[in-house]
Amino acid sequence: MARRPDLPEQGLQGEGPTGNEIRKSWAPGEPPQHDVPDPAPAGPLGRTADLLMLTPQGLYCPAGGFHIDPLRPVERALVTHGHADHARAGHGHVLATAETLAIMAARYGENFAGSSQAAAPGVSLAIGHTTVSFFPAGHVLGSAQILIEARDAAGRLTRLVASGDYKREADPTCAAFELVPCDIFITEATFALPIFRHPPAGAEIARLLQSLHLFPERTHLVGAYALGKAQRLIALLRAAGYDAPIYMHGAIEKITALYQRFGINLGDVRPVPARDGRGGGDLPGAIVLCPPGALQDRWSRRFADPAHALASGWMRTRARARQRGVELPLVISDHADWPDLCRTVVETGAEEIRITHGQEDALAHWCATRGLTALPLHLLGYGDDDAAAVEETAPGAATGGAAS
Amino acid sequence: MKRFAGLIDRLSFERGRNARLRILRDYFATTPDPDRGYALAALTGGLSFASAKPSLIRQLISERTDPVLFSMSYDYVGDLSETAALLWPDAGEQVGDDLSLGAVVETMAAALRPQMADLLASWLDALDETGRWALLKLVTGNFRIGISARLAHMALAQYANRDVNEIEAVWHGLTPPYLTLFAWLEGRGPRPGPQEIAPFRAPMLAQPINETELRQLHPPDFVAEWKWDGIRVQAAAGTDGDGAPIARLWSRNGEDISAAFPDLIAELAGKAHFDGSIDGELLVVHAGVVQSFNVLQQRLNRKSATSKLQLQYPAHIRAWDVLALNGDDLTALPWTERRARLETLVSRLDSSRISLSPLVAFASWDELAAARAAPAATDLGPDAAAVEGCMLKRRDSPYVSGRPRGPWFKWKRDPHLIDAVLMYAQRGHGKRSSFHSDFTFGVWRTGDDGARLLTPVGKAYFGFTDEELGQLDRFVRANTINRFGPVREVTHTADQGLVLEIAFEGLRRSPRHKSGVAMRFPRIHRIRWDKPPGEADELTTLERLLEPDGPSTT
Repeated sequence: MARRPDLPEQGLQGEGPTGNEIRKSWAPGEPPQHDVPDPAPAGPLGRTADLLMLTPQGLYCPAGGFHIDPLRPVERALVTHGHADHARAGHGHVLATAETLAIMAARYGENFAGSSQAAAPGVSLAIGHTTVSFFPAGHVLGSAQILIEARDAAGRLTRLVASGDYKREADPTCAAFELVPCDIFITEATFALPIFRHPPAGAEIARLLQSLHLFPERTHLVGAYALGKAQRLIALLRAAGYDAPIYMHGAIEKITALYQRFGINLGDVRPVPARDGRGGGDLPGAIVLCPPGALQDRWSRRFADPAHALASGWMRTRARARQRGVELPLVISDHADWPDLCRTVVETGAEEIRITHGQEDALAHWCATRGLTALPLHLLGYGDDDAAAVEETAPGAATGGAAS
Repeated sequence: MKRFAGLIDRLSFERGRNARLRILRDYFATTPDPDRGYALAALTGGLSFASAKPSLIRQLISERTDPVLFSMSYDYVGDLSETAALLWPDAGEQVGDDLSLGAVVETMAAALRPQMADLLASWLDALDETGRWALLKLVTGNFRIGISARLAHMALAQYANRDVNEIEAVWHGLTPPYLTLFAWLEGRGPRPGPQEIAPFRAPMLAQPINETELRQLHPPDFVAEWKWDGIRVQAAAGTDGDGAPIARLWSRNGEDISAAFPDLIAELAGKAHFDGSIDGELLVVHAGVVQSFNVLQQRLNRKSATSKLQLQYPAHIRAWDVLALNGDDLTALPWTERRARLETLVSRLDSSRISLSPLVAFASWDELAAARAAPAATDLGPDAAAVEGCMLKRRDSPYVSGRPRGPWFKWKRDPHLIDAVLMYAQRGHGKRSSFHSDFTFGVWRTGDDGARLLTPVGKAYFGFTDEELGQLDRFVRANTINRFGPVREVTHTADQGLVLEIAFEGLRRSPRHKSGVAMRFPRIHRIRWDKPPGEADELTTLERLLEPDGPSTT
């Protein structure tokens, strides 16, 4: 995972949720080297039900007494990553990676939870009757899969991985996805249709640069989610040799600065300068990043004949791109595409697959054709990134009030 | 194929006219023959090969995908070609860079239907998803990316630094891949000449004029005709090499619409055959009476016409000019001479489907204004309902393609005006996408309980200046009371709200609209910041403007 040399150590806030911390290294593919706590009393639904159930607050682990990415305030929350639909404010205790905690603090303020604890990658923590450890998910900075291990009454060990959102494609701005073998795998399904095969991100960046070459007098306004996508785009542009300043909408600045503090090199990034009434700040020929919601907003009118690009996996279909009024759809996603979802499900070795938000039915069907037990979880409340995007737009921008 | 795919991919998303022109120009400048010519043909509808049927594409993709996943994907995407392009398994190594558009088009033209499946599959294997999408759009002849032939010609003109009319003048004699055209435009060859039988000639268009401008003209220099509310057509006829009669009907954009009007074509290639080209208005004439545009619409935007449709809505040409006759190009002659030849021709043809556009007699502009204001009071009789104003033509004017300033004017009847209340607003598209620029407006009616309420009667998205658009947008934002996705509901009570003066051309009954009426060509004429919504018009006022519904069905 990315290092965070210049941030204060978050540390344990008092005793952790269990106070029973186990720090032993664990390598994927090997059996766990630590003791797993005593089993919880067996529930009527067998081992899955002990480890996982759906509550109005979201996924809940009865054996550990905690929620994963809860939608409403709960006593104990394990958070996979910092996107608004997964990381919410107001929980009693939050366990997440240091990066995710920093993101939550940046978005919700330092008091986003009663207490918080940083989970180091690959380090096991005992919580209730379970052992929990975090592994990189490759989605955005700090994103993690959560491994939960528990023994049933018969002493049988079950390993469950809640993967949160993940991608397998390389991303210069976050640690690469690690495959964690398990018995039960909870996968996202945002792009779980075989039509979703993300092209190499570099090829999409090349199309953006080609457009800039064809229309050197137009501002290229690129819609990208404020957390993760925007910073990845900048890094990809830098990798493609684009070294001009890249401008940012106000809603993206804070998270970008946070990425830089974690040591991600993004080159010359600047806030969009104020207009001076003489054409200054119109930024012809520049790349300006903004949240998707700002693309068609009044704010966007200030630029020189703007060309609208949007970086999202949804841009794979034309109707979606046209609905968003986009002239240059860039298929760049921070979620696994169909081949990677299928590959991951198989590679974890899991016998049971649980599918959360997205196109659950298609992936469940595919798993069934492979002889895997797969059930949609029908969780409500998670993106569609579009929903998160609205949230990520600066307050007031949607009504035309904000301008930066 | 890769370049072509990139071209139409980009064009399909770009809405700005200048940007589209730039993209096309760039393509013409950087793509070799014959590919650029075939691309031009694809964009202008000039390719002709037996197109692949959607069922073939469905069959090919079904052989390669799980049926459940295919159907879920198709539901999601909504377009068969696009679904197939996205789902097609990657063959591993793509060799699509070697597959040229020219090779695809030429192979398709020579292919027999049974070969098509294997051909398509091998090409799809060789392409990436954008290439596959472009290929499927090409072979199914299903190109809807909003590029008109005119725009493609404009791009060519800009590329070669010539006048677009020069290109349109030669265009209809040419065939893909237009090697002679590009050679001429790039100074490598002579100007290509039209050789086609019954070719299209780019039409002469009239400038709009208002009464003030009109009064500065000298009445004896001009003749006046009625402006018929139909569609502009060119009827061209000739004989092929074997002496067989040929007839074609062209739209004003040079689209061959013959197939939709077999009744007229049969007449032009049969009893009323001639060798030349007539310019005129396509109308429906039923029982000797010209029908309204509303009725004509039954025959428009169709690929063919059933015999019932032909019987019920007989197509007719009201002729007003002749451009060529018996091998002679008449366009350089003054209007008076062309008119004399047209009169002779129409009387010789003696067809119930071709009539002469009558002249409107006038000695002064006042007399013409009176005729225009009340065409029914002239000798037109019931035909007056299909008149939408007057045309003015200089007696000495030659026939010039394009829209020259001076020789021809259209003096349209004043539009109907009503005061309506703004009810809903929606964001526009493209350049106006950040403005609320689509406005739904309503008029008052009395509800069942006797209360006055507003009922929506139409939608307008132009007629205002950029400045007024800004004002309207601000009004919408400040007075939103509800949101439904992209649509905002705006305050509209008797005391609060905004009155819009709406201009429109005609009104007909429409069961599809809640108000029961549909406006033709509505636009915002004026913003009545001063008028309280309670004083806007009533639905009953509107209903008095209803056009007749057309001929009683026989």
